[in-house]
Order: sequence, then C-alpha cells, then structure tokens
Amino acid sequence: MAETEYDKEHTHPGVGQYVEIGIILAVMTLLEVILFESFDRGFSTQVGIPALIVLTILKFLLVVLWFMHLRFDHKLFRRLFFVGVALALLVFGIVGANFYLGPQPGF
Amino acid sequence: MSDMSAPLPGTDYEHSTSLGLSNNKMAMWTFIGSECLFFGALISTYLIYVGRTNEGPTPAGIYDVPFTSVSTFILLMSSLGMVLALAAIQAGEMRKFRTWILATGLMGATFLAGQFYEFTVFAAEEFNLTTSPFSSSFFVLTGFHGLHVALGILMLLAMWTASMMGRLPQQLHTTVENIGLYWHFVDIVWIIIFTVVYLIPAATTAPG
Repeated sequence: MAETEYDKEHTHPGVGQYVEIGIILAVMTLLEVILFESFDRGFSTQVGIPALIVLTILKFLLVVLWFMHLRFDHKLFRRLFFVGVALALLVFGIVGANFYLGPQPGF
Repeated sequence: MSDMSAPLPGTDYEHSTSLGLSNNKMAMWTFIGSECLFFGALISTYLIYVGRTNEGPTPAGIYDVPFTSVSTFILLMSSLGMVLALAAIQAGEMRKFRTWILATGLMGATFLAGQFYEFTVFAAEEFNLTTSPFSSSFFVLTGFHGLHVALGILMLLAMWTASMMGRLPQQLHTTVENIGLYWHFVDIVWIIIFTVVYLIPAATTAPG
C-alpha cells in the first residue's frame, strides 16, 4: 500500500501524545470499575449508569479521534465511519422499537 | 497545490487516485463503517434478550467483572502499542516497530486467552450458547468479537514476519496504519461491550 500525496501532507500525533491518551484511557477504565463497585455500596445506579455511558463515549471518541487519527485525517474517512455508527444506532432503534412495541416472540 | 492524481515517485507501488487518498485506507474505513452495523445489530440483539434468562444465570450472577476489567485494560493498552508501532515505522525505527507490533499481538493474545478462560468457566457453570436467549446473544456477540481479535493477531504476526524478512519497508507504513485502524476498531467495539454488556446489566440485575 503506497503513501499518497494526502498522507504526506498530514501529520499524526507524536509518541508523547499517544502515551498521554493511553494513560487517560486507563484512568477512565479504572473510574468505570470504581463506579461499578460503588453500586454494591449503595451508590445510585440512576446517577452511575449515565456516568458509565458518558465515560464509554469519551473513551470511544479518544480512540477514534486520536488513535485512529480521524481528528487529523480527511473528512471523507470521518463521514464513512460516522455514517456507519449512525446506521448502527438506527438499526438499534428500529429493532428495539419493534421488539418493545410489536408482538412478543414468545420465549 | 500538488497534483493529487499524480503517481507516486520513488516507489514500486505507484498508483494514482482521483482524491489523492489511499484506496486501501478508503476501503478499510468503508469496511469499518459496515462493521459498525454488524456489531450494532449484535449489541441490539443482546440488549433485547439480556433479561430473558429462562431461569438460568443472570448477568450479575455469571459475570466476573474484575477479571473482565483486567482484560479490557490489556486490550486498551494494545491499542497504545499499535499507535507506538505506527509512530516507530513512520520514523524508520524498524527494530522498535517490531517490538511494539509483537507486544500488541501478545496483548491481543492475552485478551483472547482471558476470553477463552471466561467461556470455559461459563461452560462449567452450565451457561452456554443454548441456555437462554440471553446466553445465545452473549456468546454470539463476544464470540464474533473474539474472532475479530484473532484475525487482528494474525495480521499483526504477518506484519512482524514481513518486517523480519525485510518485506515491510518504511514506505509501506500506510499498511501498518490500515491494519492499526482495524485493531483500534476491535478495541472500540470492546469499549462499548464492556459497559453495555458487562457493567450495566451486571449492576442492574444484581440482587437487592
């Protein structure tokens, strides 16, 4: 696979930034586990579960934007990926709506 | 402004593209976009069936969250290894590249071994593919993810071997980047699985 003109003109983050992102991801995972363990000690799931979801979205975005370079790469790649994500969410919405609003499968 | 359609000078792999973007990278992003749909469908199915346990084990009763947390941490760190490998080959540091690519593959293999162990423990507790709709959706989702990790490890090993044989020069760093994109995708899918499949159901189905 050859390097194109576009690849030559766009730089990626340096090693230091990659390591920083890695540390942030590790800390966020630790926070998720602490949150999960705190449910046993009476911490409200109504607060904790949205917090878990926010942490997951942040981790997802850190990997996608920095490790996968979508923040720095051509916008066409970003569109290809986020169209896939949007369609996945649409599938989830349709399947969920069909399941909860339609006839039950009878398991 | 550079001529984006010009062929690449100085390589044996010259080709031109109308957008000036690598066709292989475009293909990889298109593949990843379609994979989002694939895993989106599997995660949706899991969420629909997570409560249908047929009086079998519940998520809170069967999952070992501390163990899965360690596996998750290892897979996340493998993503860091992957970008460090990419940075090394871009800088022409081939020895460092091989070290990081091997470390990434080993972390992936450790994750996979952990998943195999988890499945073995589940099987011993009579929680298998046919126990309930919940178990079926769990094994299909995590099994397909594991298959993706296994394929990723094979690609990493192939790159390491090619580099050892001198067949992966610095100029081909976009190959490493494209395989890296696949590896990171496998990682982001697990980031979602860890929360949506393990943490939230285990928290919400816990007794009391």
